[in-house]
Amino acid sequence: MARTVTTNRKIINTAAAWAVGLLIFFPILWTILTSFKTEAVAVADPPVFLAFDWTLDNYRTVLERSNYARFLMNSIIIAGGATLLGLLIAIPAAWSMAFVPSRKTKDILLWMLSTKMLPAVGVLYPIYLIFIRLGLLDTRTGLIIVLMLMNLPIIVWMLYTYFKEIPGEILEAARMDGASLKDEILYVLTPMAIPGIASTMLLNFILAWNEAFWTLNLTAAKAAPLTAFIASYSSPEGLFFAKLSAASTMAIAPILILGWFSQKQLVSGLTFGAVK
Amino acid sequence: MATQHSRSAARFMMAPAVILLLGWMLVPLIMTLYFSFKRYLPLRGGDLGWTGFDNYVRFVTSSAFWPSVQATLIIVGGTLLITVIFGVLLGILLNQPMWGQGVVRILVIAPFFVMPTVSALVWKNMFMDPVNGLFAHLWKAVGAQPIEWLSDISLFSIVLIVSWQWLPFATLILLTAIQSLDSEQLEAAEMDGAPVLKRFAYITLPHLSRAITIVILIETIFLLSIFAEIFVTTGGAFGSRTLTYLIFQRVLESQNVGLGSAGGVYAIILANIVAIFLMRIVGKNLDA
Repeated sequence: MARTVTTNRKIINTAAAWAVGLLIFFPILWTILTSFKTEAVAVADPPVFLAFDWTLDNYRTVLERSNYARFLMNSIIIAGGATLLGLLIAIPAAWSMAFVPSRKTKDILLWMLSTKMLPAVGVLYPIYLIFIRLGLLDTRTGLIIVLMLMNLPIIVWMLYTYFKEIPGEILEAARMDGASLKDEILYVLTPMAIPGIASTMLLNFILAWNEAFWTLNLTAAKAAPLTAFIASYSSPEGLFFAKLSAASTMAIAPILILGWFSQKQLVSGLTFGAVK
Repeated sequence: MATQHSRSAARFMMAPAVILLLGWMLVPLIMTLYFSFKRYLPLRGGDLGWTGFDNYVRFVTSSAFWPSVQATLIIVGGTLLITVIFGVLLGILLNQPMWGQGVVRILVIAPFFVMPTVSALVWKNMFMDPVNGLFAHLWKAVGAQPIEWLSDISLFSIVLIVSWQWLPFATLILLTAIQSLDSEQLEAAEMDGAPVLKRFAYITLPHLSRAITIVILIETIFLLSIFAEIFVTTGGAFGSRTLTYLIFQRVLESQNVGLGSAGGVYAIILANIVAIFLMRIVGKNLDA
């Protein structure tokens, strides 16, 4: 049944796809390469591609000069905290909507989604004001709360989609076999739900890590995560391409790796299950 | 099946999420509405009383308004055009049999995971810098005068950066949709002698219409509120001030909260018009 593909056509496909893929990936590759150059080589004309003396100096400079560790910690704590807190609130909600659906479930899900559509800039000042009043400005706690709320609809939706696929009959079978509610949750549901929870966690960690509206507007020196640290390179002095590249590489490397794991969940997660 | 008991337990389990989101939506929204009807300048006298629809009128009649609408439309429209067209082409290409498909997929998706401030700064400096950027080297190598990307053609440059960020998203979704296309139908058409373009226009494209609609709607919602890409590249200068950026400047830079809030209400209305269409599609899918 399968269409026979000539080797020639496969070679052309491969060449075209790799060419496009490398072109799209090139800015990232170039950033990573530049991070190992000296500042002079980084701006050399004609550009040097691979044949240069590789150095780790830029990484050293960035790590020494800029409190990089603190920005990194802020990113980890804020993105991690927002994701975990979000899961804590979303799991029961998604659970009950998937297993005890009512007539209102669909409306509630859609309404939750609609809160995600609210443009952040429309509520910038109120949030700013609330943050000042509550002493949350430039705190990690404040950002954890805001990013959690921002991603909560996506978390609920993703979990709901996964939980929906757990067959209800399994629960009934377990009940017939005399499983208690505790056994049911611990030995039947949890193992089945964990993959869905893990991919939800992954995608939302990435979204929170990369968020760059609230993190830029609600932080200053203390709670600023990597997004804000990188933004501070926008008005530099002197040569800085290599250092910018080193800082950028460190900021995106962990997420690129996590992202590659989550690419399968990306589609259904970001289209709210509309494309699977 | 569900008992009264499990129903009330379900309601209890849903409560935290519902209450939090309700607060997250209503409190700031009501405050924005409230401020939008006030003359409110925190640094110059604070709350100076009610002004009716004055802020709404002043926001749309200020000289910065129409240029910002134009910039917004160009950035959103340009990015949509590029990402959807190239997303369809790339999706079709990636769906063909080839060696190393998994690796190519990873290469194509990667930009989506780069944080906006990084991609904006890397493009701004390492590619678009008129002296040291790669493009400048390239232009000089062929004897052309390097372009001042972010000042002379700032909107085009921003569209380029944002398209690079969003092309992976469009490609991934369209690829998923293409994969669900019935290949037998295409084969039958091929055997009947339908040329490639006709097969694309009459089979592939109609099959993709729903996915394309979803890409357009979701991207529009995100693109209407892009911020970091402008913040670190031009800071809103050189005609690149979008509606979002204009509101940001009114609220935080010039601290004219009343005026900015009126702008915010416009932005909310605009986003909701797009959202209604998206929700319809998602809602239909929920019934299925």
